[in-house]
Amino acid sequence: MAEAAPLAPTALDDAAAAGGRPDPHGLSVYIHVPFCAVRCGYCDFNTYTATELGGGGSQREYPANAMREMDLVLADDRAAGVEYERVDTVFFGGGTPTLLPAEDLVAMLSHLRSLIPLAEDAEVTAEANPDSVSRESLARLAEGGITRVSFGMQSAVRSVLATLDRTHDPERVPQVVAWAREAGLEVSLDLIYGTPGETLADVETSVRAALACGVDHLSAYSLIIEGNTAMARQLRRGELAEPDGDDMADKYELIDDLATAAGLSWYEVSNFARTPAHRSRHNLAYWRGADWWGIGPGAHRHRRGMRAWNVKHPSRYAGMLDQGTLPVAESETLDDGTRALERILLELRIADGLPITAVPEETRDQIGVHVRRGHLDPAAAQDGRLVLTRSGRLLADAVIRDLVP
Amino acid sequence: MTPRIAADEAREIQPASTPQERIRNFCIIAHIDHGKSTLADRMLQLTGVVDERAMRAQYLDRMDIERERGITVKSQAVRMPWQVDGTDYALNMIDTPGHVDFTYEVSRSLAACEGAILLVDAAQGIEAQTLANLYLAMEHDLTIVPVLNKIDLPGAEPEKYAAEIGQLVGIDPAEVLRVSGKTGEGVPELLDHVVRTLPEPEGTVDAPCRAMIFDSVYDTYRGVVTYVRVVDGRLGSRERIAMMSTGAQHDLLEIGVISPEPMPTKGLGPGEVGYLITGVKDVRQSKVGDTVTTARKGAPEPLAGYADPKPMVFSGLFPIDGSDYPVLRDALDKLKLNDAALNYEPETSTALGFGFRVGFLGLLHLEIIRERLEREFDLDLISTAPSVVYDVTMEDGTEVEVLNPSDFPAGKVREIREPITRATILAPSEYIGAIMELCQSKRGNLQGMDYLSEDRVELRYTLPLAEIVFDFFDQLKSRTKGYASLDYDVDGDQAADLVKVDMLLQGEAVDAFSAVVHRDKAYHYGVEMAGKLKNLIPRQQFEVPIQAAIGSRIIARENIRAIRKDVLSKCYGGDISRKRKLLEKQKEGKKRMKNIGSVEVPQEAFIAALSSDGGDAGKDGGKKK
Repeated sequence: MAEAAPLAPTALDDAAAAGGRPDPHGLSVYIHVPFCAVRCGYCDFNTYTATELGGGGSQREYPANAMREMDLVLADDRAAGVEYERVDTVFFGGGTPTLLPAEDLVAMLSHLRSLIPLAEDAEVTAEANPDSVSRESLARLAEGGITRVSFGMQSAVRSVLATLDRTHDPERVPQVVAWAREAGLEVSLDLIYGTPGETLADVETSVRAALACGVDHLSAYSLIIEGNTAMARQLRRGELAEPDGDDMADKYELIDDLATAAGLSWYEVSNFARTPAHRSRHNLAYWRGADWWGIGPGAHRHRRGMRAWNVKHPSRYAGMLDQGTLPVAESETLDDGTRALERILLELRIADGLPITAVPEETRDQIGVHVRRGHLDPAAAQDGRLVLTRSGRLLADAVIRDLVP
Repeated sequence: MTPRIAADEAREIQPASTPQERIRNFCIIAHIDHGKSTLADRMLQLTGVVDERAMRAQYLDRMDIERERGITVKSQAVRMPWQVDGTDYALNMIDTPGHVDFTYEVSRSLAACEGAILLVDAAQGIEAQTLANLYLAMEHDLTIVPVLNKIDLPGAEPEKYAAEIGQLVGIDPAEVLRVSGKTGEGVPELLDHVVRTLPEPEGTVDAPCRAMIFDSVYDTYRGVVTYVRVVDGRLGSRERIAMMSTGAQHDLLEIGVISPEPMPTKGLGPGEVGYLITGVKDVRQSKVGDTVTTARKGAPEPLAGYADPKPMVFSGLFPIDGSDYPVLRDALDKLKLNDAALNYEPETSTALGFGFRVGFLGLLHLEIIRERLEREFDLDLISTAPSVVYDVTMEDGTEVEVLNPSDFPAGKVREIREPITRATILAPSEYIGAIMELCQSKRGNLQGMDYLSEDRVELRYTLPLAEIVFDFFDQLKSRTKGYASLDYDVDGDQAADLVKVDMLLQGEAVDAFSAVVHRDKAYHYGVEMAGKLKNLIPRQQFEVPIQAAIGSRIIARENIRAIRKDVLSKCYGGDISRKRKLLEKQKEGKKRMKNIGSVEVPQEAFIAALSSDGGDAGKDGGKKK
């Protein structure tokens, strides 16, 4: 791997000052747990169902490997002259992190904390499957320092869950949410909309059920059928109906209406929160271009314009760590132009918006075009920020294409 | 029988000194795939001008396209020795182009001969184009030698087709020779027959020289190679020559005969067929049909029959990659060196960018040029729907010649005239109804109908050329299960109630889709094109109306609804690179779009919209079956 030379800290400080950019002294950490009990038909994430993968890649050996990787990344940062004062957010994603015993997650968190101090108000999230938690395990997570749990609810409709290969009983969701709150955890629910066969009424049922749990944070992702999944094959065989863009738009608008009516508002295209304090700071760190570690097979990391991603297979990952090398598959160092492009790509998606000054001169005329088409908020534009309207959020990629040179 | 002649025995038929009575000039009239080239190959072998080792299939067809498509575009002339009853003869076989688009070239090839072998596939019978060329040969008073080929085929029906030919040519069916180009059976007898029945060339030996150009070919190394038939007098190898249509004079660098490779000689005498090289670089300086004479003591009158080739069908050719425009220009310039009928002018289309408006002799000509541009010059092209030339007279009396539908004049029109054709269709009689229905729908007028045999019929129609170049041939083939054959000849023009239909995207006309059609079909064209475009143009960020209009009157309308969702919701665990690469890819795609106003139209949409009707009409050229 070609390691990047660290960027001069001054450049970053300037950028941070210009647009409320992330604090260069804080770090976010993503820890990828690549195991699931079942692989869902729509999933193309880097995850494995076999409990025993050879060559040190097993579920049991995973926490130790992740901790070893943390040591190496820390050393790599130091070699590059980068040192963080604290960890602001941690996110256990997957896969199904809660497939590991709560003790494993806590152990990984403790190890991280031993390397870099965890901020007082740190946000520490674990993704969880309603099936894979219990009242006790949630309590143990809370005791161990986890502050927030994000449940993969996906839908409240049994037929939709079945199409998604989700095994949990929808009735269980309010139960696990109650247990989590009882343990003192913040709760978010994840929904998937646009599953083949799902009606508008199904979406309404699901959103109402999620909101009825009283959560302060909701994510709603449209189903994307990736080419290499079981669902894509079903689609090709004509067993499932092709997703329709207009139908997706109807569903998104319905979700936005219901969430807004319940007091939640969007802060990123797919994310809604009751107040700014309920926003997922980890999630925002990605969109704001903060630095983060990506621990685990296939995880991505970002450090001052250098992006690197790990090898995907847990056995290969374990093998490289055994050799004492960073398990990196590839990396890239972004030049100024690419960083400017990424900033538009990322920040336009959040409700705080993108400063007009981040749009290059040559495409600035497009701002007026999109204000007129109703994709950008006119008042915000007057104030020098580009903020998507609802129809603009649905066309975010198109707007971004027009704004990047 | 001792057909081959040893070199020392051949002195009496040396080029430049062969007496006229020892010369026989003939061509072969045949439909594509009826085996002309194979028969020619057998003749080359039998007469010994090509040895077995050098023999390659279809020796005479030089270009790849010719060999692959089984058609002959450019003619050649081969001199072959043949002995009959102990006397040596020089046979000149003049290979004619087989397609209607090249009728003029065919007529010049015929004019260089005294006889024609009418070659017909014994399993298929005569086809319309062959019939047309047969009539042409008869008009030139050529001696016809009717021959059935492929008698070795299991499906051959020699009796049936001999009767058909007998009736057409007016001879006893028993006189129709039977050969197999493949096995060589009957070919020596055919050559004997040619010597015995064809008249020797006429012409005055000591008159000023007059030689007719029946072909001229550009060769990268040698410049233009001109094929001539000497009618009167002689051409010596050191002569200075003059082209009688232009008066241009050139020094002869080389003169000779083809046997079957070029072989320089001391000259060419009356009745002989051979080639000249003068060093000119452009076939336009050596035009088919022109008369060559000597610069000193030249002939006062040229030979009859010279005509300039006139393009009948026009199409816009545009490089898919705009930066290929100079390559296209250079490629056309090169092809022009070898094709006196090809002409073109730069054309700018708002939809397709920079290209050329190219005039062709017909659809096959168009298809061949297009294919050569793509193959030999590695170009990817879009061609607009072929159109014809309209003569428009305005109310105020001004006249406009319209080569491009998008140039059709606005304002009050008094009269529009369009070229019409005389078309001949041969088909099994069971398809008469289907053919008549088709011709009716294409504004055809039945001129006559004859039975060639019990179950084969010849229909004669007048049809507008515009209808033929549109999709007539494809439809004819599909309605007759491929059994019908077509020949047409442009013959005058007629006034017609024609209108220009424009296609508008968001109120803006897209020039590439404008068409001149009959008023009765305008609505149909408009609805069909609007529907097609609706399916081909992706949804935009705003609603896009598609309209078909005659002038300011809208005759059809479709709507492309605005796209509502274009966003991927998730970034996969911080995989920003993947997201960015997707954006970069989409951005590239956006750059390849053509902008019509603010509507982004993918190149593929233009290609699909143009190729599904107009572009395919060129398949006419692939008349292999």
